[in-house]
Amino acid sequence: MFLFLIAAGLSLIFGVLRVLNFAHGTFYMLGAYATYQLVQWMGVSGGRFWLTALGGALVVAALGGLIERFLFRRLYGKDELYQLLFTYALALILSDAAKMLWGTQQKSVSRPPELTGALHVFGAIIPHYNLFIILLGPAIALAFWVVLQRTRVGRYIRAAALDRETLGALGVNVDALYTWVFVLASFLGGLGGALISPMRATTPGMDTEVIVEAFVVVVIGGLGSFWGTFLGALIYGQVLSFGILFFPRFSIFAVFALMAAVLIVRPWGLLGRPLR
Amino acid sequence: MRRVPWAPLVVVAALLVPAVGSRFYTFLANDVIIWALFATSLNLLVGYTGLVSFGHAAYFGIGAYTTGILMKKLGVPFLLAFPAAGVLAGAFALLFGLFCVRLTRIYFAMLTLAFAQIVWAICFKWNEVTGGEQGMPEVPYPDLAWMGALPLVRDLRTSDHFYLVTVVLVALCLWILHRVVRSPFGRMLTTIRENAERAEFIGVHVRRYELAAFVLAGAFAGLAGGLFGIFNRGVFPDFAYWTKSSEVLIMTLLGGMGTFYGPSVGALALILLNQQIVSYTEYWPFVLGTILVVLLFGFPGGLGGALELLGRRLWRPRRA
Repeated sequence: MFLFLIAAGLSLIFGVLRVLNFAHGTFYMLGAYATYQLVQWMGVSGGRFWLTALGGALVVAALGGLIERFLFRRLYGKDELYQLLFTYALALILSDAAKMLWGTQQKSVSRPPELTGALHVFGAIIPHYNLFIILLGPAIALAFWVVLQRTRVGRYIRAAALDRETLGALGVNVDALYTWVFVLASFLGGLGGALISPMRATTPGMDTEVIVEAFVVVVIGGLGSFWGTFLGALIYGQVLSFGILFFPRFSIFAVFALMAAVLIVRPWGLLGRPLR
Repeated sequence: MRRVPWAPLVVVAALLVPAVGSRFYTFLANDVIIWALFATSLNLLVGYTGLVSFGHAAYFGIGAYTTGILMKKLGVPFLLAFPAAGVLAGAFALLFGLFCVRLTRIYFAMLTLAFAQIVWAICFKWNEVTGGEQGMPEVPYPDLAWMGALPLVRDLRTSDHFYLVTVVLVALCLWILHRVVRSPFGRMLTTIRENAERAEFIGVHVRRYELAAFVLAGAFAGLAGGLFGIFNRGVFPDFAYWTKSSEVLIMTLLGGMGTFYGPSVGALALILLNQQIVSYTEYWPFVLGTILVVLLFGFPGGLGGALELLGRRLWRPRRA
């Protein structure tokens, strides 16, 4: 489910800015590191974990906003290749910066005390925290959808995805809107990282892994399509887990084959719309 | 204008490296030369045809595995195993390309990436054939005993002999690629890059041309991979991982897309820089990223473009 959070940010950026953001996986990693750092300072007890997770995500969101405002903005209207490579360069720089700050050792965050228990279902043990993440995913999806559908900003974002010039002509500050889109997308990525930090160890290199996974999810579901991303995350999870169950060695292969198949048959994804 | 025969001069200079430089420099030069071929093959797509492939490492990997498996497990001589790398990589490029060229721009990039990841996943997991995660170490050098009989190179090490073979083969490949680019076929690719619609109007089967370019680029990447597997003394799954694809894309960009020798210059610059920087900091990606940002904002034409610009600024006062 956390993959959905990351993929949603990626999809949002693509939908509005028409850019594939390679740095998104790095935002995710930074979210995890920032949370770790905050936990080091504040601890996890007494509900502080939620503050740190939120804080981590906000730090990443702020970073995303700054990058958009001062660097990325200049590349609009240039070749897609440049934008793509810029985000890649960003990923390199940021992940190395993280390595400088936090070293190459694995970092782990302990689970918040409220959710350290586990549930026993049919003999399987599901930690409360994992359960919480499973429930949180759809909740965030829903909240996000409401923002996109029902609020003014959401309407602007959807309009910008369709036609940025017209929106600008109608008096909307498109530049600022883009910055906010970037902030929001970075926030989602950072939040994904922050929430995953108690479940998985935070290590350098987690960014390149996750970005490919997020790509797969977004492509399957449809670039820029919100529910598509949700669907994509579900399909990805299913294919991967059933793949591991039945043909353990070819599960990764199956996932990428699925991605290729979707791209061949419906390049814009299962629930996406064709561009222009 | 007087034309300096740069290309032969560079080849001769490259051939002299083992004689004048140390073992380390030969190693470095070998690395550069193979990457130069790889980057140039990508440039055929990105620079000349305007197709941004994000999975070019797939063909590099396929080539490397082909040569590696043939030579190590089946004992096939290099003379057969090397072209086989190109043929097989080209065949896969044909298969994948059939699907890829039907898509446009960003989707093209995504699909090439997807195929590359499929190749990577297969290499990563198919233990019996590819050695899986561990890769396939100890790919043998080709039998170059005959070089011991030649004058001048008799006393060199096997690795130097292989280096000389690499120089000759890469020079040959680059020469062929150069001919391709300058041919009517190559011109047509440039036309497609500039305006695919118009090319379609004048009766060009755009997709077929793009596919041909894709196959050619794949085949030459495969050849580069075949050489690299031997040079690296082993073939590993991350040859086909997407970070390799972006690395070669950066080289192409650094050197300058669309200029023929740009990618080679990019390969040279990047590898030398890497050597220099890695010797005193472990944060090479950080530096690389910074270079890339500067490049993107400051010199979109790459090093080649920057030099050209510099040249023009220097020359103009004299002409005026």
